[in-house]
Amino acid sequence: MANGKPPIVEITNLAKSYRRGSQIIPVLQDITLDIAEGEFLALMGPSGSGKSTLLNLIAGIDKADSGRIAIGGVDITALGEAELAAWRAANVGFIFQFYNLMPVLTAFENVELPLLLTPLSRKERQEHVEMALGLVNLSDRMDHYPSQLSGGQQQRVAIARAVVTDPTILVADEPTGDLDRVSAEEILTLMDRLVHEFGKTIVMVTHDPRAAEKAHTTKHLEKGVLTA
Amino acid sequence: MFLIKIIIRNAFRHKLRSILTVIGVAIAILAFGLLRTLVGLWYLGVEQSSATRLVTRNAISLVFSLPISYRDRIRQVSGVKLVSWGNWFGGVYIEEKNFFANFAVDPKTYLELYPEFVLLPQAKDAFLHDRKGAVCGRKLAAKYGWKVGDTITLRGTIFPGQWEFVLRGIYRGAQKSTDETQFFFHWDYLNETLKKAAPRRADQAGFYMIGVTNPDLAAEVSQSVDGLFKNSLAETLTETEKAFQMSFVSMTEAIMIAIQVVSYVVIVIIMVVAANTMAMTARERIAEYATLKALGFGAWHIAGIVCGESVAISLFGGVLGVVLTFPAAHWIETELSQFFPVFSVSALTIYFDLLAALAVGLVAAVFPVWRGSTIRIAEGLRRIG
Ligand SMILES: Nc1ncnc2c1ncn2[C@@H]1O[C@H](COP(=O)(O)OP(=O)(O)OP(=O)(O)O)[C@@H](O)[C@H]1O
Ligand SMILES: [Mg+2]
Repeated sequence: MANGKPPIVEITNLAKSYRRGSQIIPVLQDITLDIAEGEFLALMGPSGSGKSTLLNLIAGIDKADSGRIAIGGVDITALGEAELAAWRAANVGFIFQFYNLMPVLTAFENVELPLLLTPLSRKERQEHVEMALGLVNLSDRMDHYPSQLSGGQQQRVAIARAVVTDPTILVADEPTGDLDRVSAEEILTLMDRLVHEFGKTIVMVTHDPRAAEKAHTTKHLEKGVLTA
Repeated sequence: MFLIKIIIRNAFRHKLRSILTVIGVAIAILAFGLLRTLVGLWYLGVEQSSATRLVTRNAISLVFSLPISYRDRIRQVSGVKLVSWGNWFGGVYIEEKNFFANFAVDPKTYLELYPEFVLLPQAKDAFLHDRKGAVCGRKLAAKYGWKVGDTITLRGTIFPGQWEFVLRGIYRGAQKSTDETQFFFHWDYLNETLKKAAPRRADQAGFYMIGVTNPDLAAEVSQSVDGLFKNSLAETLTETEKAFQMSFVSMTEAIMIAIQVVSYVVIVIIMVVAANTMAMTARERIAEYATLKALGFGAWHIAGIVCGESVAISLFGGVLGVVLTFPAAHWIETELSQFFPVFSVSALTIYFDLLAALAVGLVAAVFPVWRGSTIRIAEGLRRIG
């Protein structure tokens, strides 16, 4: 393993296909991959190669046809819908290309959102949210709505939302895909800090070679098969 | 708490769309409430007509009258407490469109049979003692600005000529539902005038009103009265006032049923419109629902957000509709009093209004709730951008 730590994500013989009418389109074929704790992994590959599909499977928002994904020792392919939802709430932090913030909620409320599913008190939630927004350097923008923030700022709010529950892994699908170079650089630096200072594990799908450079490891997908 | 916050903010996201939906629901609920009030009042009127009063009329048709000599023979039937009589006068005040019910009646017995027409003792006295005196209901007087002592001229349609009356009293209804738009005067005045002008039409009563000693005797008394005049020139038909009104309005009942159907159709239409709007809204927010689900929120949370917004908008419209019902009912009562002497909105109607608004909100939410709560996350997230 790249950093010598035990794998936190273990993927074995994973396969997924879509059915379009009578046609079966294989999207992922026999994927086997371990990701160590504290790893910053970049997934690259041409459009349509199945990167997002693999990421969604790791994040537990899509179902595989066969194979196994164990995260932190939990076989998530064996979980039911409701169990999986609870597992995601506790273990996965999401960073999306288009931020996916709730437009009717302020930055503070957006970050607070995942905490509402935890038993934390209002006071504790507030502390967590303030800490997370402080981490992404947006303490002064807590009461702003997403429409009042720039793309880079929105993505930072999204990162705060992703880390506020202290999840096992962070998944990011083209987190810089919609940003200019300067903002993208900020986001990547932030993700780098999350790995180095806080020991987070990140799986990031990207097209951007600069983004891949920040990662420890890069894996390539080609027509549903991991090449290197 | 968080759900309510999201619901309220979502409801105000598309201000124009929400406002239009609220207005639509409000108008539908207003129409629903008014139509139901109309139907309810109609049945109430039939219900409230006294069972202790019988109406005797010509068996052939209401337009034929009965000899006044029947009066004394009816009086002798056992179970009869009081007999009054009168004619539908059909007078017009200034213009045809000023329609109101006006009768020539025997004042003393008529007032005795209708205790729900409440007159001050001195007004009653003045009325009874003035052969040209007349009495009208409070609403009618208010509508034309009549005061006691005013001379009122009606143009006869059934009984030609200009007929002058002096208003001697204005009655008040004992109940809110009592008709306060009637106008009545001395039958003697009509009869004596006819004796001079058209003797062949004199000494005729359009109807007899019979007060029975006990409501249980109504059927028996009716039979005895009609038996009395069997095989005479003018056979009679006696029935309770209620049955009489029903026969009058049996055709109206079909209209009432149609109105009831229309009131439901109005609700169904607004349901479809609201459902379309909510479906449109939910479609735009699919990615947000997918995001919430990815974060670990369940189908019930999504259902709550979607349904809550739909119900909030509908109920807001419903409450607005209810609030508008009162001035609308008041307007109907004052401006259309000849058709709707009483137009009071019942608590039950308000209750049904709100229930209908709730139903609109729930039905409109069915499809979006289903879409939002069953959307596959990966699928929903693809909709972004
Ligand atoms: N719901 C679906 N039904 C049918 N085919 C699908 C569906 N979702 C994805 N696919 C197909 O699966 C393949 C992989 O899709 P995926 O989104 O994982 O690609 P990707 O590598 O993320 O591409 P991109 O870089 O463009 O985001 C594509 O060919 C896509 O058309
Ligand atoms: Mg993709």
